[in-house]
Amino acid sequence: MSQAGATGDDVGGLFATRRPLAGLRTWLTMLAICIEERLVYRGDFILGTLMRFLPIVTQIFLWTAVFAATSRPDIAGYSRNDIVAYYLLTMVTRAFSSMPGLSTGIARSIRDGSVKKYLVQPVDYVSFLLAARVAHKLVYYLVALLPFGLVFFLCRSYFPPAPDAATILAFLAALAMSFLLGFFMEAALGMLGFWFLEVSSLMFAYMLVQYLLSGHMFPLDMLVGIPTGLPGVSLAEVVRWLPFHYTAYFPAAVWLGKIREADLTAALVAEAAWVVVMIVVCRLAWWRGTRRWSAFGG
Amino acid sequence: MSRYLSIFWTFARACLVRDMTFRANFVLECVTSLGWMAMNLAFYLLVFQFTSEIGAGTGWSKAPFFAFVATGMIINAVVQTLFMPSAEELTELVRTGGLDAVLVRPLDAQFLLSMHRVDFSSLANGLVGIGLLAWAVPRLDYPPPPIAWVIYPLLILCGVAILYGLIIMLAAATILMGRNQSLYDFWFYITNFSRYPAEIYAGPWGGPLRAACTFVIPILLVVNVPARVIAQPLTGQSWWPVAGTILAALATLAISRRVFQSALAKYRSASS
Repeated sequence: MSQAGATGDDVGGLFATRRPLAGLRTWLTMLAICIEERLVYRGDFILGTLMRFLPIVTQIFLWTAVFAATSRPDIAGYSRNDIVAYYLLTMVTRAFSSMPGLSTGIARSIRDGSVKKYLVQPVDYVSFLLAARVAHKLVYYLVALLPFGLVFFLCRSYFPPAPDAATILAFLAALAMSFLLGFFMEAALGMLGFWFLEVSSLMFAYMLVQYLLSGHMFPLDMLVGIPTGLPGVSLAEVVRWLPFHYTAYFPAAVWLGKIREADLTAALVAEAAWVVVMIVVCRLAWWRGTRRWSAFGG
Repeated sequence: MSRYLSIFWTFARACLVRDMTFRANFVLECVTSLGWMAMNLAFYLLVFQFTSEIGAGTGWSKAPFFAFVATGMIINAVVQTLFMPSAEELTELVRTGGLDAVLVRPLDAQFLLSMHRVDFSSLANGLVGIGLLAWAVPRLDYPPPPIAWVIYPLLILCGVAILYGLIIMLAAATILMGRNQSLYDFWFYITNFSRYPAEIYAGPWGGPLRAACTFVIPILLVVNVPARVIAQPLTGQSWWPVAGTILAALATLAISRRVFQSALAKYRSASS
């Protein structure tokens, strides 16, 4: 099995070195197939996309009520409008970094043996999954453009004036890297299936950690000043050492001008480093996993 | 009735035996479920770092708000334990034609489809809810009078009944649509509105939303009314929402039953 897996890595893989055009063609074919697949259940997909805006409504009302009851002009540097804008922006960042069903799908394919087809076909599994996810996201953006545009237009008064071109570029780079980071983190998690038969509880635990530490729940600046037990280190600093905040908080904070200049550059470099680390972890997990994995039967 | 109770008891026992067969998994499910609760409680504690009240002059300060949260946890734990596991299976039953096997059984289809699975691990959240209520009540500025303790369990049941009715209506939608992967998501998003006191829905957008979530889909009555009875002073005005919640529970159960029956009448088997 493992030899076939190693062969597959050479075609269309992220580290492909031979026949680059053939690899690109394979990758584009996979992308086209996945887009068609995504559009089959488009009604269900549109319904799901629209409903994702509902939780943000309660958050807007909650924080409006909090600000109504306090005399503070801001909370952790966020005015009421900033917080609303933050939640809306995290919707955009999560649209890039969230990977629903990716890790569970990988774990399932390992458990039920369907992963073996990627070991005998000249298609790299991780590249195939990446193409499928890009297709999923492209269809999602196509469908979500209208509701996103409408909500952002209705809520435009909550946003500060548009940032300068450099900040917008940094925001776009942060978004693109959040997609890659989200993908490779979840793919690496799914590959734990090579070592554990059932990983659903681990996935749920990861989801909890991710939801809390990504900044999806609240702006992470609110954790400044919350002690960790380590002298001089607040909870906000610990969270910033981890990769999760790049998948929700970071791009939103960049757009809102909460991270600037040298801090912004350093954070972008750190995000890029995390992407590389996760690619390596994912590749290593695949390489080691396929070498210990066995499939029986037809 | 006693026949159905005895069948339900058999279902519950079978589910408990299965859960206890995989005890480590059961414990892990309880722990992860509690983890989600703990995370939400941590978020509320963080919010109270910055304010003493949710909404100016609403009375939802820390202790009353945590009594509110506890009430929501208890109601949701009952629903998650008794009804959600069965409802989650319905989508696949409809899509694959497995619903046929349910319909030919000499039992009420709604009973079988909504109560054949019991998830005991969700009860852990309910126990935490009771603990949180026990923490919050002694810290209330207005200790609940004895009558509040009589009405509270009744209103909890009404809240469960309203949520059950909504689940049944979503199940009916699944039967009509053939495939509805978003059913569980929709449930999560719609119940999300009941997670906070109704007073937060104010202003030109909040007012109509509050009215819709009270009178059209009575989701705001589910937690708000029982929590208000226990955590806020009882006045003459308090009895109207109580009566409204009881009526809403009865109406939701009756309407959902009708909707479900008419959806079943339109069901076309997906099996060969």
